[in-house]
Amino acid sequence: MSKLIVSDLTCQRGYNELFSNLSFELNAGEILKISGANGSGKTSLLKILAGLNSAESGKLSINNNKVGSYDYQSDILYLGHLPALSPELHCKENLDYLTQLNNSNSNQELDNALKNVGLKNFEYEYAANLSAGQKRRVVLSALFVTQAKVWLLDEPFTALDSNGINVIETQITKHCDDGGICILTTHQECNLPGLRILNL
Amino acid sequence: MNIFTKTLTRDLKMSLRNPSSFLNPLLFFVIAISLFPLAMSPDSHTLSNIAPGIVWVTCMLSVLLSLNALFHYDYDNGVLEQMVISHHSLPLILLAKTISHWLLTGLPIILLSPLLGMTLFLDDKSIYVLMLTLLLATPSLSLIGAIGASLIVGIKNSGMLLSLLILPLYIPILIFATSAVSQSQFNLPINGQIYFLASILLISLMASPFVSAIALKTSLD
Repeated sequence: MSKLIVSDLTCQRGYNELFSNLSFELNAGEILKISGANGSGKTSLLKILAGLNSAESGKLSINNNKVGSYDYQSDILYLGHLPALSPELHCKENLDYLTQLNNSNSNQELDNALKNVGLKNFEYEYAANLSAGQKRRVVLSALFVTQAKVWLLDEPFTALDSNGINVIETQITKHCDDGGICILTTHQECNLPGLRILNL
Repeated sequence: MNIFTKTLTRDLKMSLRNPSSFLNPLLFFVIAISLFPLAMSPDSHTLSNIAPGIVWVTCMLSVLLSLNALFHYDYDNGVLEQMVISHHSLPLILLAKTISHWLLTGLPIILLSPLLGMTLFLDDKSIYVLMLTLLLATPSLSLIGAIGASLIVGIKNSGMLLSLLILPLYIPILIFATSAVSQSQFNLPINGQIYFLASILLISLMASPFVSAIALKTSLD
């Protein structure tokens, strides 16, 4: 059973303190939406949780594994603002490498993941030729392959149509039903059961 | 397939699909060297005397030209972030990227060097030594360059900064490599220079992936 513990986290960017002494716990199956105005530190919080940025002070752990450790980093999947796709690679090659950086996968799983996000015949299409929404779908198809327990999703619904949003919401719900944890930021209304909200 | 092989094949695949990324520095290398006989005296004695310096300075500048692209595109599209937070060893991923850079920059320079050496009237033995110095030192250029490239990864228009950071570290390589080729032209022993180049390669091979990883994490923080 996964458990994420954040205690007394303080984040400062330049001379601005974005948040201080932030503490919360998430147990298996919980979904947390981080909300707040632009510049309130939502993305910074996700990047700190992902181990990409460091906090001024505070502690965070997943199942007592500290951030930066092998176990912590293999437990998380972070999908940020940037597409994480290389234009010279096919959708499938991009997804393959992205998931390889997180967890292993099989060829069949990649095909299924792309099919699940509505990109069945786009496996061998170069990422450079995709629309913004399609690029987002390719990145989010990693959610169907990864074995990470804690998902950190920064504005996952940006550029998606309503059908795409439904597919991702269903996958997030399934992940949490299976004992996973999801933390996301979004300015859109989302239809996720048992959603907790953290205001920054 | 492990992450090292995966990263190496991915980077090679990406570069081969976008050939200008590695052909431009190579073209610069060939064009710059072939202009020297036109700009200076076509006399074989003069050219063969300055050939080691011409080839090595041009080689360094062409490697420097290609270094900006080492992490830049992966940074721009967010793949670098994924590499940094991955549970896989970041130094191993960066080593794979650096080897891919050498395979597409250093190796073609080594393969082209006999032809360019001949245009500068280098004798057979000196061409062999030139290739040996390039074989020992171009990997060091890529490895040391990776440290500089990871330090400036988030900075826009940082070409000049990269040169200022990296060129001082390239100077010992330049001195030993050109000295080896020059001495071989006079049939003098070159063991000392070759040992120095080999030790620089070993040190940079051991240190560069770890230093680059720390620099990259600091740059992205």
